[in-house]
Amino acid sequence: MTFADWISQPVNWVFSVIGLAVLFSGFRVVTAKNVVHAALYLVGALAGTAGLFLLLSAEFVAWVLVLVYIGAVIVLFLFGIMITRAPTGFDEGLDADNKVMPAILAAGMFLLMAWSSLDAFGTALISSTGTPTSTDLIGESLLGRFVIPFEVVSFVLLAALIGGITIARRDLTPAEEEERAAV
Amino acid sequence: MLLNQFLVLGAALFAMGVYGLLVRRNIVLILLSVELMLTAVNINLVAFEAYLVTADAVGQVFAIFVITVAAAEVGIGLAIVLMIFRNRKSANVDDLSLMRW
Repeated sequence: MTFADWISQPVNWVFSVIGLAVLFSGFRVVTAKNVVHAALYLVGALAGTAGLFLLLSAEFVAWVLVLVYIGAVIVLFLFGIMITRAPTGFDEGLDADNKVMPAILAAGMFLLMAWSSLDAFGTALISSTGTPTSTDLIGESLLGRFVIPFEVVSFVLLAALIGGITIARRDLTPAEEEERAAV
Repeated sequence: MLLNQFLVLGAALFAMGVYGLLVRRNIVLILLSVELMLTAVNINLVAFEAYLVTADAVGQVFAIFVITVAAAEVGIGLAIVLMIFRNRKSANVDDLSLMRW
């Protein structure tokens, strides 16, 4: 398959646009000098990823990604940033001084992974039928074959909830405890 | 659509996450880089599901599991960051050298 064949399919135009947006946003997440901007670029990367999931006929996962990540996780991140950096803005001490070694390592990892997947799958095609995977099927799979992992994950969420509250709660000073006991 | 266009995109996102993880010095930004890496893994899972088309939609179910665990990780991670910030007045990993050998 030549590049001309590849680019002649409209679905690949969509992929190219979304893919470039995702890559740009991802790059800005790790290079932005402003903490809030980094979090907002992550929104772009995740929204693009949701678009890719729609291309791959995974509608349910795409909307779960939008709801959980863009709806909840990013808000948590913004709260974390606001609380830990009162003067939000540009900051020189945000990155390590030595950026060459990490860049070499990351480039090496990318080349290794890209080469191995190109070597293993070559021009394997995804034959999209155009019909999205039904939420029915995912639900039955979650509560059928994967019911034990599902319960384990729900237990992990419960543990994270309790752990988060326990860690983030401020311990009362002895004076405050006495005051509370007196009421 | 080729399978590889998604795999290579996922590899690129993952490598960016690794770079951010190593370069960033603010804990919140390190967690952001981890999210980037998890998203790259999700792209791979969903792409393989579209390629193999399993009977139980295994790839998509695992992507949902990854998203769930990532949400729990962010909740706990930010709680720990808040705790550290309250005690040390800093969210910079270079300042947290108490347990360094």
